[in-house]
Amino acid sequence: MEFVVFIIAGLLAIIGALGLIGFKNPVHSALSLVLSLFAVAVLFLNQDAQFLAAVQVIVYAGAIVVLFLFVIMLLGVDQAEDLSVEPIAGQRPIALAIGAGVLALSVLFISVAADGGATGQQSVTAEKVDSITGTAQSATAALGDNQTDGTETIPNIEQLGRTLFTDYVFAFEVTALLLTIAVVGAVMLARKPKGELAPLPVIPGRSGTTDETEELEDA
Amino acid sequence: MGIFEGLEGFKLTFGKLFDERVTGDYKGGRFDDEKREKPLRMHGRHVLNRYEDGMEKCIGCELCAGVCPANCIYVRGADNPIDDPVSPGERYGFVYEINYLRCIHCDLCVEACPTQAITESKMFEFSFTNRQDAIYTKEELVVGDDGQPKHLPWEDWRPGEDENTSAWMRATSPSGAAEYIGKVAWSGELGYGIRAPEAGQTADLAEAHGDAEDMAGGNH
Amino acid sequence: MTSLPLAVDPLFVGGVGLEEVLIVALKVGVAFAMLMVSVMLMIWFERKLHADMTNRMGPTITGPFGLLQTLADGIKLFFKEDLLPNDERGDSAIFRLAPYLTLIPAFLIFTVVPIGGDFDNADGKVSWWGNTTQLQIADPPVGILFVLALSSLAVYGIMLAGWSSGSKYPLFGSVRASAQMVSYEAALGLSLVAVLVKSGTLSTHDIVAGQADGWNWNLWMTGFIPFIVFLIASTAELNRPPFDLVEAEQEIVGGFHTEYSSIRFALFFLGEYMNVVTMSAIMVTLFFGGPDGPIPFFESFGWAWGILWFMLKVLAFCFTFVWFRAALPRFRYDQLMDLGWKLLIPLSLGWIVALVALDLAASEGWNRPLVAVICFAGLMLMGTLLNAAVQSGKRKRLAGEGFD
Repeated sequence: MEFVVFIIAGLLAIIGALGLIGFKNPVHSALSLVLSLFAVAVLFLNQDAQFLAAVQVIVYAGAIVVLFLFVIMLLGVDQAEDLSVEPIAGQRPIALAIGAGVLALSVLFISVAADGGATGQQSVTAEKVDSITGTAQSATAALGDNQTDGTETIPNIEQLGRTLFTDYVFAFEVTALLLTIAVVGAVMLARKPKGELAPLPVIPGRSGTTDETEELEDA
Repeated sequence: MGIFEGLEGFKLTFGKLFDERVTGDYKGGRFDDEKREKPLRMHGRHVLNRYEDGMEKCIGCELCAGVCPANCIYVRGADNPIDDPVSPGERYGFVYEINYLRCIHCDLCVEACPTQAITESKMFEFSFTNRQDAIYTKEELVVGDDGQPKHLPWEDWRPGEDENTSAWMRATSPSGAAEYIGKVAWSGELGYGIRAPEAGQTADLAEAHGDAEDMAGGNH
Repeated sequence: MTSLPLAVDPLFVGGVGLEEVLIVALKVGVAFAMLMVSVMLMIWFERKLHADMTNRMGPTITGPFGLLQTLADGIKLFFKEDLLPNDERGDSAIFRLAPYLTLIPAFLIFTVVPIGGDFDNADGKVSWWGNTTQLQIADPPVGILFVLALSSLAVYGIMLAGWSSGSKYPLFGSVRASAQMVSYEAALGLSLVAVLVKSGTLSTHDIVAGQADGWNWNLWMTGFIPFIVFLIASTAELNRPPFDLVEAEQEIVGGFHTEYSSIRFALFFLGEYMNVVTMSAIMVTLFFGGPDGPIPFFESFGWAWGILWFMLKVLAFCFTFVWFRAALPRFRYDQLMDLGWKLLIPLSLGWIVALVALDLAASEGWNRPLVAVICFAGLMLMGTLLNAAVQSGKRKRLAGEGFD
């Protein structure tokens, strides 16, 4: 069952990724990205990482791609592009080379990890639970604490919360600070300068004024 | 933020739940329902009137078409056949059509008509399913032989709605004759006879009647 | 045996056989039917109640009390001409997809809502034909996050609908809508955190179970503020008045659904009201104890009493939404944004800190009233500072000055 879900979700993720780079229309690409992110969320679920799956959908599919679409719609870059013209010379061969390199690296990593990896860990969550509670647990019992078969497990999200606020609290706080700086920076960048307003940018290809009013002169 | 003023609205709307409703059940939904009283001079479907002797009042002058702001009237006049005149005078309205998709019921045509041929009744129930049917022809508009507007099959006439269709009076004489200037007079109408003057009009009924009889049916 | 991560329903202990599949299928069928009927009734209810609040009568002719009006409208819409934008100005493929993106999350959110069950005696589980199950379709351990995730997806439907129509007013409406919905999602999530702090769990079943005793409703256990914030934020998420700038007929015709006709418009209409019913159900689950209520007689049918109380509470919320519509004028766009970012988010953040401090004080044995006073003072101080900042910004903006 897990395998079937994996195959289907994996296929969907690949199709979404291919759509992302293949569609001419940017909005269609963004929607393929959503499909891909959804499939990744299902893959997370497959591995019992429910919190991660939910957060993936909330943050990525629900906020970041919405932002993408917002910008695409507002800036009017939703016209289909002409893919035969290459704006930067030599872009395609370099992209192919780098893509092949990344693929090779990924295959290498996956083959190393599948053999048991560098540390031989099968499931990270199980190890962390051991280190927190000091009792041996089974890795597949990370469902929740409503099991009626008697095993005591700590829910996924609580594990995450504990490690985040004890072992990795410094990284957490630094990330929070970083995000705050980003917000403050964005607000500062978007302020109006003192004095006159800057002229509005002209978007080429969009007809801002129509000539239809001239036809009504003799009405 | 003044948010507590917004809560007044809640009290009001909640109280309204227990108040009486202003809009009643809409009457006249079906043919046997009661219908509301219509105002006396309501603008509804037009009728082409006729004199007491059966002659049509319309002389085909196209003044109504000219004044219509919506361009909804189409009139073509033709010469009266010598032996069978349709209207008193030389010409009559040969083609008379009103397009009710365009009509805005402003009654400018009723004001413009020199013979009070076109007036509006209180009937507002139009019904058509294609554009061609929306153009009412003279046959549909002209009053019947009893002087009442024709009860078209889809219309639901109630008593009182076909009265007083010619609700305008002329303050000056329609014939332009100098003797009648300032005298209020009505021409006779088929099915209605001579209408009584309305409040504030001439008190001299006999005089009005006498003049009217002279004018009715006469050639100008 | 591989674990199924999506349900901790006792039904699934011991593997998934035909019986389990049938029971889940039955639950899905019942929930679907219930939702569709409740949407129809909600539309009728809104029209009738709004009419009553505005001195009118609402639908009276179709069916007794106008109950079949929604059906009649649906049938009428079904027979209308289906218009699609051409692909130069709009995008017909996405135009077709968009209503479903609004509709499907509404259905899916309803799957994690417990609609009945006796939480006082039987922990919300019922036992039919030897199978114990909960009266909800699914109970993932991250139920509430699932709800948040799907409400983020609902933004897509509206945004894409407006853009793919290829016309000005829909684009306006959809851009406003997406900005509004994204802003209020943050407030929604933060007010939810207050509930989570009190309940200690993300699973909807456990949240309801935690409120089972009548005096434990999260409404007052979290203070009333998170509920009010959630109510306002969800009204904005649903694009209901007073936040219905998105589809304000007086301003932008229909907003994002201007170009939609026939069955597609019906889908949007349906989706909007379904979202209302679903969000009311979520609010009831989170703050009002879900199916919790007194069981005066027929104790063996405690689960049915649960369903009754749940429906009554959802009805109360639907009443509230219609009351909002009747009583409040529409928010202007900048007022809407100010409310979301400058009032609701700081308020919910501050409230979470206060709640957690009080909880900590209780567990660590500190002096609780003192902690409460300190929290209150802190909130007041922060509120004053924020207000001062906002006012100074507004003053500068109105005076036309820029910033250096």
